[in-house]
Amino acid sequence: MIKEWIARGIVILGLAAVISIPVIKTVHGSNGIVIHARMAEKGGWTPENLTVAVGEPLHLRLTSDDVSHGFAVGQLNQPAVEINPGEMTDITLVFTKPGKYTFYCTRWCSLNHWRMRGTIEVTDPPAKTEPAKPPLYVSLGLDIDTAHKAAVTPVGIPAAWRGALLNLSVPVTYLNRDYYLSHTPLDLWSALRSDQSYKDLSEQEVWDLVAWVWKSNTTPEQVQAGKEIYSANCAACHGEKGGGDGVFADQLAAGSANTASNQNTGEHTQRPANFTDPATMLSASPAHLQGKIIRGGMGTGMPAWGAIFTEDQTWELIAYLWTFQFNSEVTP
Amino acid sequence: MTRLQEFPWTEKATIDVAVPQPVKTRTLPTQLNLYRIPWLQAALANPWPQFLLRVVMLMGFLFTIVVALLGSRVGSHNFAIIMVWIAWWTTLKLGFIPLGGRSWCSICPIPLPGEWLQQGGIMEKGKRRLGLHLKWPKALRGSWLQSGGFLLIGMFSAITLTDPQVTGWVLLALFALAVGMSLVFEHRAFCSYICPIGGFSGMYSKAAPVEVKVIDKEVCAQHGDKSCYRACPWGVYPLAMKDSSTCGLCMECLRACPKDNLALNLRPYGTDLARPVQSTRLDETFLALIMLGSALVFSAVFLGPWGWLKMSAYNIGSQAWLVYAASFLALNLLVLPGIFAMCVAAWKKISHSSLPLRRLIAQEAQGLLPLGLLAWMAFTISFALPKLNFVVGVINDPFGWGWKLLGASSGGGLDVSQISLLLQVFLLVVSVFWSARVTRKLSTTDEKISRPTNYPLLAFYLVYAGAFLWLLAG
Repeated sequence: MIKEWIARGIVILGLAAVISIPVIKTVHGSNGIVIHARMAEKGGWTPENLTVAVGEPLHLRLTSDDVSHGFAVGQLNQPAVEINPGEMTDITLVFTKPGKYTFYCTRWCSLNHWRMRGTIEVTDPPAKTEPAKPPLYVSLGLDIDTAHKAAVTPVGIPAAWRGALLNLSVPVTYLNRDYYLSHTPLDLWSALRSDQSYKDLSEQEVWDLVAWVWKSNTTPEQVQAGKEIYSANCAACHGEKGGGDGVFADQLAAGSANTASNQNTGEHTQRPANFTDPATMLSASPAHLQGKIIRGGMGTGMPAWGAIFTEDQTWELIAYLWTFQFNSEVTP
Repeated sequence: MTRLQEFPWTEKATIDVAVPQPVKTRTLPTQLNLYRIPWLQAALANPWPQFLLRVVMLMGFLFTIVVALLGSRVGSHNFAIIMVWIAWWTTLKLGFIPLGGRSWCSICPIPLPGEWLQQGGIMEKGKRRLGLHLKWPKALRGSWLQSGGFLLIGMFSAITLTDPQVTGWVLLALFALAVGMSLVFEHRAFCSYICPIGGFSGMYSKAAPVEVKVIDKEVCAQHGDKSCYRACPWGVYPLAMKDSSTCGLCMECLRACPKDNLALNLRPYGTDLARPVQSTRLDETFLALIMLGSALVFSAVFLGPWGWLKMSAYNIGSQAWLVYAASFLALNLLVLPGIFAMCVAAWKKISHSSLPLRRLIAQEAQGLLPLGLLAWMAFTISFALPKLNFVVGVINDPFGWGWKLLGASSGGGLDVSQISLLLQVFLLVVSVFWSARVTRKLSTTDEKISRPTNYPLLAFYLVYAGAFLWLLAG
């Protein structure tokens, strides 16, 4: 009989030991919040809303339940980290300014990749919340949803270097940064065209002059930074060459004709904008493009990037977008 | 010329070495009673080693369920998926079954808790036995339900084998069913009639080189106590065993026999095969064909290059999956049985066999066992061996919580691509020869048959092995 009781004891102890293992997790695994990443269609981030106080370290343990994802926090200049399926990536964040931050996926994990977003609320009781400055397109009162199409477009690609070679002086008003931000290339072209001092120039030469003015408002560093932002965030839909033909473009185009194909989002989508099309691009101002980028294109599938890019990053991106219209080389 | 005397050792050698002896033929015994080996007898006669092994297995089994339900959702990083479908499956298919038939059953943890309740004790049968102890319905005997269970798992295999949650629930359901059935029926009803693993292990154990067998039937006949039968958790009387398919190798009868009249034999492969069959039961025929059919389908789904096939097997509930499931069932229940029946019918015509077709089918089905056993081994080599390196990863971090139990590990992949195809070709060639040998032996036992070469079944084996090899080699 003793043998029998020993055997029963061994079985019960064994089972108890195994079943109590998950308890270890609660004791052992308390150093960090585990965040699960899934494709947006499967639920995105869990949990997706976090709160932390200013200056307090936030330990995150990131893991993916399906494919490879990435993690970055918008408005912070921190490199993104990789999240691999079934593995843990540890990251510690410290916020110095209060506010609502957006964290997002940095890998094109699916068509709805950009919907993989969550928020981190950084609280600081004594701090007074400063009213946010409205973005330029709002203060200018631009309606960024109206269709715009330039009636006049250049025959060839306008080149800044040809504009520079004309060796003409352009009124200071047009060289002003505020002018650049709030006007379209077509505005400048029309203004110069109607200016008698440029009446000897051909239409294409005026476009070259516009290209030169536009180029003088951006720096090579800005263009390079914009290019990196573009490749990481925009090229999946708008295409590496800006042609509106990225890897997701066809799927997005299908979403306009058929909402059933877009059941996941229940939203209409359309073919991404083509930045190589002069008619639309030359009739858009940097402020207009900024609006499209930070607010997103309603009903088009274009995400809102306002929570993610800093204002400088947005202008850098726009500086890069002009390279799809203008040859910005300084020398031939 | 070197003379024998020039070798120094010949001086010391006995006369036997120098003088050629007549070659002795067939001096090896056809079987070897392992229970006569003292240390092995000591290890088996004592119930504790086996019991402790089963407790360890039970702990592992429950741990697997816990991890499956709570651990990483990523199959390749979940302990349960890797340990069950890669590590255990490989060990079962390449170790337990080909080396020991039903030997896995002897340490399987699933029946342990149910049996404790059913028998009122683990080591000794108690007075307070729970449950109804009903007899298993006669209509449900045989391996029909096991075949059904295997088909059911097969239809959902793409998700069961990759989704830890599903694996966890399947294991839990099997466990609950085993405990529940112990409380309703007598003996090991779950193991004998439901467990798909028990089904094919039992069937293939006929070909395996291990058996428990009565030594002297007379001794048993004289012994009225039947201690072996009363000790057997499976409800099997060793003297009545036709073959080893029903014996779970639990060793209880060897421990119980007061006359020491039971042997654990090491025997030649295929000892139980190629015997004339008296019954017309087709359950084992179907199970053998289902094993062949599912090996083909799994090879196509898991190893084949067809993405659409994988997707349709994976998208359970979709239209594509319904087509896949219907085709899977049709292949296993109609196409393969149909072809096999036609081959046997053709053979009946050629050989003028006097047996009724149904009985001939049941008899010839024995030839399918070597083919199926070795085809599954070949499949397992491609399916599981290349993924064995995942085992290190999941032991290092079983829950996917970022643990590093073994330190920083990067288990190097096991590259078996070079030898695996060679090994698979070898296994399939052996399987065809072995199956053909079983078939031939069956033909030669029938005296009315003059030419014993069964061409229709030979063609069946060759076509099957060829198709299988094509799937494996791509």
